Amino acid sequence: MKARLVLGVGVLTLAAATGLRAQDGPGGGPTAVEVASEGREVYEQICQACHMADAKGGSGAGAAIPALAGNPRLADKDFGTTILLKGRGGMPWFSDILTPEQMAAVLTYVRSHFNDYKDPVTVADIERLAAL
Amino acid sequence: MTDPSFPQSRRDLFKMIGAAGGGAAMYQAMTTLGHAAETQFTGPPRLSGAPKGSSVVVLGAGLAGMLAAYELMQAGYKVTVLEYQDRPGGRNYTIRGGDKIVEVGGATQTCTFAPGNYVNPGPWRIPHHHRTLLHYCKAFGVELEPFIQMNHNAFVHRSKAFGGKPQRYRDVAVDFKGHVAELMGKALNAGSLDDKLTKEDKDKLLVAMREWGVLDKNMSYTSNLAVSGQRGYDKAPGGGVGGAPTPSQVNGLSDVLSSNVWTQMGFYFNYVMQTTMFQPKGGMDMIGKAFAKRLGKMIRYNAKVTEITQNETGVTAVWEDTKTGQKASTSAAWMVNTIPLPVLNQIPMQVGPKLQAAIKAVPFNGQLKIGIEMKRRFWEDDYSIYGGHSFTDQAIGLISYPNNNMFSDGPAVLLGAFANGAGAFQLTGMTPEQRIEAALAQGSVFHPAEYRKEFISGVSLAWSRVPWIMGCTSRWTEESRAAHYQNLCAIDGRIVLAGEHATYYGGWMEGSMLSALDAVERIHKKASAA
Ligand SMILES: Cc1cc2nc3c(=O)[nH]c(=O)nc-3n(C[C@H](O)[C@H](O)[C@H](O)COP(=O)(O)OP(=O)(O)OC[C@H]3O[C@@H](n4cnc5c(N)ncnc54)[C@H](O)[C@@H]3O)c2cc1C
Repeated sequence: MKARLVLGVGVLTLAAATGLRAQDGPGGGPTAVEVASEGREVYEQICQACHMADAKGGSGAGAAIPALAGNPRLADKDFGTTILLKGRGGMPWFSDILTPEQMAAVLTYVRSHFNDYKDPVTVADIERLAAL
Repeated sequence: MTDPSFPQSRRDLFKMIGAAGGGAAMYQAMTTLGHAAETQFTGPPRLSGAPKGSSVVVLGAGLAGMLAAYELMQAGYKVTVLEYQDRPGGRNYTIRGGDKIVEVGGATQTCTFAPGNYVNPGPWRIPHHHRTLLHYCKAFGVELEPFIQMNHNAFVHRSKAFGGKPQRYRDVAVDFKGHVAELMGKALNAGSLDDKLTKEDKDKLLVAMREWGVLDKNMSYTSNLAVSGQRGYDKAPGGGVGGAPTPSQVNGLSDVLSSNVWTQMGFYFNYVMQTTMFQPKGGMDMIGKAFAKRLGKMIRYNAKVTEITQNETGVTAVWEDTKTGQKASTSAAWMVNTIPLPVLNQIPMQVGPKLQAAIKAVPFNGQLKIGIEMKRRFWEDDYSIYGGHSFTDQAIGLISYPNNNMFSDGPAVLLGAFANGAGAFQLTGMTPEQRIEAALAQGSVFHPAEYRKEFISGVSLAWSRVPWIMGCTSRWTEESRAAHYQNLCAIDGRIVLAGEHATYYGGWMEGSMLSALDAVERIHKKASAA
């Protein structure tokens, strides 16, 4: 329900709202940082931060950042979409950073480039799950 | 002669109210008298009388874990702290020359800052109302110095405002105020607000707008010496024959609006961002070190906890010595667990489904900071900027100037980035070298002639890739609070969670400490009743 609301609003408005969080933060105005629209670029600009350039993730103190490369759970088209919309464990939702178009593009890229699932994830897929 | 039934001091009064009405009544009374509304801290817990031979194992030697350990030790418990890293403090962390940073994924940096120089990659500022933290700093002799939060002479930069040229905060803030006051005056004089105000209040408001906005006799915001008295002069007042100043030129309303300066003005109004703020002398980790000194051998470093079990009589943490690979376990009657949730949610732990669900329900933000060492303090020498922040809408978010050793010669470290949101992800995804290059390119906007020329080295900390947390700070929503917060804090058998994720004051050391105090008080109560 929250995701639906969020998807309707522009990215800029939401960036401004982060100023209202009480946590320590830089405290500037709305950011001019733009995320590209193409799947590979979205991966490099966002996902790679944690899942790494080779999509193999990495390990930490008794815990790990999961690999996206060769990950059989991604066979289910909706698996990644649900995580992008709702978050999972330590990973936050990305509905305030990525548009449905960007989510579809990057999921399609991750599933086909780092795995062998060729059917694309579409904006309709994203919207269907966001509406749940 | 004193009347024993009459309180001698406010403190005595609070004690009496506390005795009569309990903690809540005391808290309320303190608030009424203008104390304490700022924090729920009412003093250290002063626990005593631990059941004979009772023990506690604490997971994590961050501030929450170490405060819990310290107060439980005072109460007489036998305490062991298990810490993954080879240093105390957790997020209370300072990077200095010689320090090595290894990220998840393997990227490695070694800081080469000159002796005495440092960057605080996590916490860096302490509000004056964080009484718990300030209490323990004072008690443990941690020397604090002012953190320059607000600097009118630092810059505000937006890529699409003023042709991308940074403006002094003072100039745009004064202009914003002036233009808004002028417009308000116009609306008032046009009678647009007559149905909202009494005649008397309208007159007062007109005076207020004229004085506050430094408007001229026509109620206009214009370039003149009175306005320059706030936003600075073209030619500053001097001495002798050429002493007369000339005014600076105010910016037009649209330019000022495009600068978004109200977000900075609003930022400084935030309760947690208000002056006075502090930092420990020599680096933020002085606080963690002060706690560790009091705990001594109680802390077992290089201990990676991998599993947690419990039964009716006690709790066991299974861990691995990261230096030798040897497995071991530590058992105790009780456990205070402060491992950050992104790690904890992957460690098998014998607790009920409600706590399990809560641990999985809280994602973490991923901020990033970069420290840059420069050959000299050009921001001081060439720009008259002493501490404070210059804000930008680029990925780096801001640059921030050092608060210590002002006017000194030799290399100094500035904060070259404090990125969040998409900007933080972009920078985190880069190699350490690429991050420094991006920080130099973006930071140059403020100091174009000096930024690259004076650069020596840089070091970055990408919190999403820090192995022992894989994130920065917890991200609760109203929904997750309602569904999970009480479950996260509730004691599960022999285990209680504490830390930055178990407080309404997330993202602040104060919150971690308040959470720890609350946890040990509840554990002590339960242990005493058992
Ligand atoms: C970028 C940033 C800026 C901040 N700015 C400020 C600020 O200006 N002012 C302020 O007051 N606060 C600030 N904070 C928040 C502050 O840092 C935290 O609230 C506080 O330090 C957290 O303390 P903690 O004890 O709860 O957790 P931590 O300090 O994270 O302690 C957890 C400990 O658990 C250990 N651990 C993890 N996994 C294991 C394992 N498997 N086995 C054993 N041990 C393990 C870790 O190594 C760590 O030492 C900031 C935080 C960040 C990230």
